[in-house]
Amino acid sequence: MSTRLAKQGRLIDRSKQIDFTFNVKRMTGFAGDSLASALLANDQMMMGRSFKYHRPRGVVASGAEEPNALMQLGTGDRYEPNQRATTTELFSGLTAASQNHWPSLEFDVLAINNKLTRFLTAGFYYKMFIHPRPFWKHVYEPIIRKSAGLGAAPDAELKDADTYEHFYFFADVLVVGGGVAGLQAAKAAAASGAKVLVLEQNAHWGGRAPVDGGTIDGDTPEAWVQNTLAELRGMDNVTLRDRCMGAGVYDHGYALGYERLTDHAPGQGGPRHRLWRIRAKQIVTATGAIERPLSFAGNDVPGVMLAAAMRDYVVNWGVTPGQKVVVATNNDDAYRTALALHDAGVEVVRVVDARDTGGGPLMEMVREKGIRVELGRAIARVKDGPRVTRVAICAQNGEGGAQEEIEADAVAMSGGWSPVVHLWSHCGGKLIWDKDHAFFRPDAPRPPLGDTGEGFVIAAGAANGPLGLGAVLQDAAAAGTRAAEAAGFAPQTVAASAGVAEDESPMQPVWLMPAKADITLRMKTWLDYQNDVKVSDVQQAAREGFESVEHTKRYTTLGMATDQGKLSNINGLAILADSLGAEIPQVGTTTFRPPYHPISMGAIGGEARGEIFQPVRKTPIYDWNDANGADWEPVGQWRRPFAYLRSGESRHEAVSREVKNTRENLGVLDASTLGKIIVKGPDAGRFLDMMYTNMMSTLKVGKCRYGLMCSENGFLMDDGVVARIDDDTWLCHTTTGGAERIHGHMEEWLQCEWWDWKVYVANVTEQYAQIAGVGPNARKVLEKLNTQAGGGMDLSKEALPFMDWRAGQIGGFDARAFRISFSGELSYEIAVAASEGQAFWDALMAAGQEFGVMPYGTETLHILRAEKGFIMIGDETDGTVIPQDLGLNWALSKKKDDYLGKRAHLRSHMADPDRWQLVGLETTDGSVLPDGAYALGNGINANGQKNMIGRVTSTYYSATLERGIAMGLVKHGPKRMGEVLEFPGTDGKVYTARIIDAVVYDKEGEKQNV
Amino acid sequence: MLILECPYCGVKAEETELSAGGEAHLTRFGPGSDDDQFHDYLFMRENPKGVHFERWRHANGCGKWFHAARCTTSLEVFGTYAAQTTEPPQEIKDKITAKRPGWSWREFSDASE
Repeated sequence: MSTRLAKQGRLIDRSKQIDFTFNVKRMTGFAGDSLASALLANDQMMMGRSFKYHRPRGVVASGAEEPNALMQLGTGDRYEPNQRATTTELFSGLTAASQNHWPSLEFDVLAINNKLTRFLTAGFYYKMFIHPRPFWKHVYEPIIRKSAGLGAAPDAELKDADTYEHFYFFADVLVVGGGVAGLQAAKAAAASGAKVLVLEQNAHWGGRAPVDGGTIDGDTPEAWVQNTLAELRGMDNVTLRDRCMGAGVYDHGYALGYERLTDHAPGQGGPRHRLWRIRAKQIVTATGAIERPLSFAGNDVPGVMLAAAMRDYVVNWGVTPGQKVVVATNNDDAYRTALALHDAGVEVVRVVDARDTGGGPLMEMVREKGIRVELGRAIARVKDGPRVTRVAICAQNGEGGAQEEIEADAVAMSGGWSPVVHLWSHCGGKLIWDKDHAFFRPDAPRPPLGDTGEGFVIAAGAANGPLGLGAVLQDAAAAGTRAAEAAGFAPQTVAASAGVAEDESPMQPVWLMPAKADITLRMKTWLDYQNDVKVSDVQQAAREGFESVEHTKRYTTLGMATDQGKLSNINGLAILADSLGAEIPQVGTTTFRPPYHPISMGAIGGEARGEIFQPVRKTPIYDWNDANGADWEPVGQWRRPFAYLRSGESRHEAVSREVKNTRENLGVLDASTLGKIIVKGPDAGRFLDMMYTNMMSTLKVGKCRYGLMCSENGFLMDDGVVARIDDDTWLCHTTTGGAERIHGHMEEWLQCEWWDWKVYVANVTEQYAQIAGVGPNARKVLEKLNTQAGGGMDLSKEALPFMDWRAGQIGGFDARAFRISFSGELSYEIAVAASEGQAFWDALMAAGQEFGVMPYGTETLHILRAEKGFIMIGDETDGTVIPQDLGLNWALSKKKDDYLGKRAHLRSHMADPDRWQLVGLETTDGSVLPDGAYALGNGINANGQKNMIGRVTSTYYSATLERGIAMGLVKHGPKRMGEVLEFPGTDGKVYTARIIDAVVYDKEGEKQNV
Repeated sequence: MLILECPYCGVKAEETELSAGGEAHLTRFGPGSDDDQFHDYLFMRENPKGVHFERWRHANGCGKWFHAARCTTSLEVFGTYAAQTTEPPQEIKDKITAKRPGWSWREFSDASE
């Protein structure tokens, strides 16, 4: 059984007992425990079930690389799935549940998959579920979604109760990793005066060294760590952060840190996670190394654990996963585990060393303790079950015959070490295969390059290859000095601290145990625990022709789980290389991508949620609108009233009321969001002639003209009314959503193509409040305002005719009045200074009482324009529509030699007579056509789908006409007036509509021109 | 997250301050050009592994467009320069020649070759 030891446990405080629950069971641990160590102390060896076969799984590692012990933590709005028990610090009241099982961890229905392993091999899903096609959606997918997957997703209705933040930091040298290498490198770099930031992912500093032993400068590694920390903390140019993982390295020295502030102390207040956005001149990756599992049958049975992890549990937390332990290894380091277990009073029943020649002094120390060591031997298999009971031992150099079975309840395995090269590789650092140690390590001459073309990442310590304590410290000191120098500081040579540990004999690569294991063993030999990929799967992929490591990864899912193959990748590569008859370096690695380890979505989002997710742009009338029933609609970053709801009124009723009132009395629209761009200069007219399809240079001062803008490839991108202000000044109105885009578009052409033209453009959208007075009473109310003020501009038809504008005073306000109409009614758009917008609005509303004034929203605006057949950018256009499609040929100047889009309109597809063209649509029963519905043609296309000959672009209920009205684009539409088309809706109904003229209200335009 | 120095305001701008504008030094073809010329102007772009010239705008800064010469594989930046030019300045070309002897990109190349 796994249990707490009487002694040991450098990280726990036995005086502080902590209560927590696992799968509703109440358990206790100590302060300083990880969830994994506390579960082991409670004899909870099995911590989950595997992804595909639902095999029982226990914890296999002690840190971020853990593939098995994934937990669902917390409840309600603090629930989070897929959290590692190994990186979860225990706190009082912690609630954890294992995942991927049903109905319970101990009894799981889908464990039947385990009996079907012969059939569920690599690529099974691809092969099995392809036929019959309809089965995928209705049968296979729902079943797979229920049975596969890791933790359950959080409740979509709940919002994360915690807060998160981003933090920006600039460093000369960023050191990732707070083990002895990171601290040594930081010390060396900081001596030069460089600003140094050190990140450590755990709550404790020092990494593996305090567990592994040896001496540094004649003292224990723990003492050296504490002294060095004290020294670094005393330096103004050094910042140290624990519980903060270096998550990713990106272009030009950008790096992300992921700090977990309150995961271990909920209720402490403040943000839960902090994302560090770091720009560093140099980055030192002192990220250590991760031990590799050995590939033998049953290497996933709970109780089989990495040797160094088992040592961690004993030394750090005072727990042992078993009472009778077998140690299997191909290197000397695992002997340290045998010694640690022995010192803690745990029986080590056998050390199985795959090397014929065995190890060095560490092996002798183990033998001196009376522990039996066997050389050239291997684990043939561990008996299947919810935990280790029996282990079969055989010769390494064989097929697994002549087994000796021994009783044991835990296995410590070590297949050698792999430097953590992720951060080195994220941004293009290259790797080199180290044959002696059988691992990939950073190739120092080929680092990731910064903007100057020089390297900006230096790997240090075990992450760079050296594994012995002395070599690690020397490498790290040199790395720190070099980083400071590369960051522009005069290097100060800092002598590396002297690390002394036992000499180690060379390791021997062991990719399969025993070396020629037969297929029954290989089918139970796991490479990727989290994704259930076995040796036989990778071999099968190779046989089926998957030669590229990237393809094999995707076919078998090797290394694709949340642990990203931290344990398994090298073992998998070795099997693939062997199957292909290639060398490991020829096969290469898959791409290392950030983040190193999953980070929370909350941290990525930071403060950007709720009200400050995106800034809201507000017009000067915003507060009045809000207080007067505005039913807000987002339009770009603006909020505009969709309609003004009166109490008891539905949206539909409000819109119909606003439409009727505007047509019959007086409507008022807050049009302040309209884009307003000033174009000024001696070449402004010439410039606008290029920007617009119409001629703008000939527009007379005081006049307005509706204009179209096309992109260089001919598609409509914006429209609006242009007014000429004076000799060299034009005011261009754009769509609400288009102001910034069109301003940028103008700047681009002015700066990059016609930079010698004398033109300035300025976006003055927010400088003005623009209010439209619309309807038969529009002139009356404005004249009343002037009368009240004792005078003002002449608003008569003669003084200010349709499509003219004037500057002057209205009701005492300095204003520009534009006689333009997007509704077909008599209409004045009045622009006043933004600061006077609300006052003018109030005056208009007060004076308008006797004329039946009502504000109207965007939906009414849409209906009014649709009744008149006016197009809307974004409704009638979608980036594929040209002016000719919309019957706007009249707006394409024939006099101009050139404008943006002119050449494009000559291309064959643009001049195609079969293009869909704008028409009006009238349902045969008066109903409203579904938006976006397609019109059916005859026959079917090459894909067997019905041919489509048109689509609905705008559709509304017209309160004026008391029926549905619509516009659409139809093939040969204008030539097919009166034809009835069928429009299938997504509701299963088929709508029928007749093609009519797009203008269904006041076709002669008499109402606006009065 | 590239860093490019804006040649107008001198700010070493991070990528979030900038917006990318595609290939630099395009020649505009308008009315009068043939279909192939116009097609190439609109759609055909360099996609080099190595030296490249691009347009960038200091969008969340001074608002100016500028050009950048950089290496698409190593991400090394050879230099940035104003957009009001039809070809890279000699100084930039020399810098590239020093680092990538024998380089060529469209009609521009290592002049020492």
